Amino acid sequence: MRLITLGLVAAGLITVSAAWVLSAPRPLPASDIANLQGDPEHGRSVFLAAGCSSCHRAPGPDSDPLILSGGRSFASDFGTFIAPNISPDPDHGIGTWSQTDFVNAVMRGVSPTGSHYYPAFPYASYIKADPQDITDLYAYMMTLPTDATPSRPQDVTFPFSIRRAVGLWKTLFLSDEWAITGDLTETEQRGRYLSEALAHCAECHTPRNALGGLDRNAWHMGAPNPSGTGRIPAIAGPDFNWTEFDISAYLESGLTPEFDVVGGSMADVVSNLGQLPKEDLDAIAAYVLRAAQ
Amino acid sequence: MLKKLFTTFALSATLALPTMADTDPAVEARQGQFKLIVHNFGLLGGMVQGRMDYDADMAQAAADNLFHLTRHDQSRLWPEGTDSFSIDNTRAKPEIWENLDDFVSKFGALQEAAEALQPVAGEGLDAMRASFGGVAQTCQACHQVYREEAS
Repeated sequence: MRLITLGLVAAGLITVSAAWVLSAPRPLPASDIANLQGDPEHGRSVFLAAGCSSCHRAPGPDSDPLILSGGRSFASDFGTFIAPNISPDPDHGIGTWSQTDFVNAVMRGVSPTGSHYYPAFPYASYIKADPQDITDLYAYMMTLPTDATPSRPQDVTFPFSIRRAVGLWKTLFLSDEWAITGDLTETEQRGRYLSEALAHCAECHTPRNALGGLDRNAWHMGAPNPSGTGRIPAIAGPDFNWTEFDISAYLESGLTPEFDVVGGSMADVVSNLGQLPKEDLDAIAAYVLRAAQ
Repeated sequence: MLKKLFTTFALSATLALPTMADTDPAVEARQGQFKLIVHNFGLLGGMVQGRMDYDADMAQAAADNLFHLTRHDQSRLWPEGTDSFSIDNTRAKPEIWENLDDFVSKFGALQEAAEALQPVAGEGLDAMRASFGGVAQTCQACHQVYREEAS
């Protein structure tokens, strides 16, 4: 009996230790990032493509997209996530962050103090980005206005409130592998980079499993709207019949082929992407069609 | 003008049936209104996007229609209890009724944009383009906050 108890305790300890090791934050080495030179002008394009302001601008439809005061809330099955202040304010934003801190936050979901961010922050997409682009993004975001709105705590339910557990989620779902592979044209590859690494289309348009990981076998097949009723529409599959022209025009203007006008969260996406060069939108469109095959 | 279109809004709210049958006639009517709007807006959009050739007469007729459609009295189209949380078959969010002044003001912006489009729609594609974009912006401003995702 004692032996069994001892055995159970030992097994338990091994499990806990393994979980502790597996759940450890894994930042990029500073030597990879610290020497990169950021270009704020190009960083603006990254900012628009990555859609930072869609979540981090203040609540309300008309808030300034360049003031990243945070405060917008996003309901989910795991609780309500509240976007933090990421303006360059030294006290309430990210003004004191180093370039390495920033790149690790965006591309690994690790905070400057070494804790995990929740994957509502789409680092599972940004992990595929070029560190140079994220360095440019850092340079640009440090030029934006400061805002002294304090960040609010996340409203996440147990057991998801245990941040360390996010490390286990990362071992399951954080991957820098492209979802769409194979023989892609140069344009499709550019579109894949913009979509999978920066614009993170799949984060909403792909369904998730019970643990909140993207179902790569149903890429872009549409999903329930996590923050309301209705569905995020499929942009692949038998009922999706848009042309490359249609997709590119929609991303530019918010007009569907039937001339319905964009609404909801996608309106932010269009407001941002519409400022990118037309060839980038054409590239995203080419990729979306490639991914739909 | 705008105020008149909505003056009986509050009154109509008291007339709304508490339990809705399959489809409320007011919901059908307002959806019909938006179908007519998009039917005309879409023609202009097709020209702006180069999906079809610009035709001054057709563009003018569509812009005239938009002007008149957006002047349709709204007071019987939005009874309380016809939001997406209360009934099926609508994407109108309850926030419309919580922020009625803002909703009315956004509808007013659509009216103004349609009014600005009317005198230029027949004056050539370039003349029409900017005002068309103005109309699209007013659609988006409302859809962004007051319309649910499709199901």
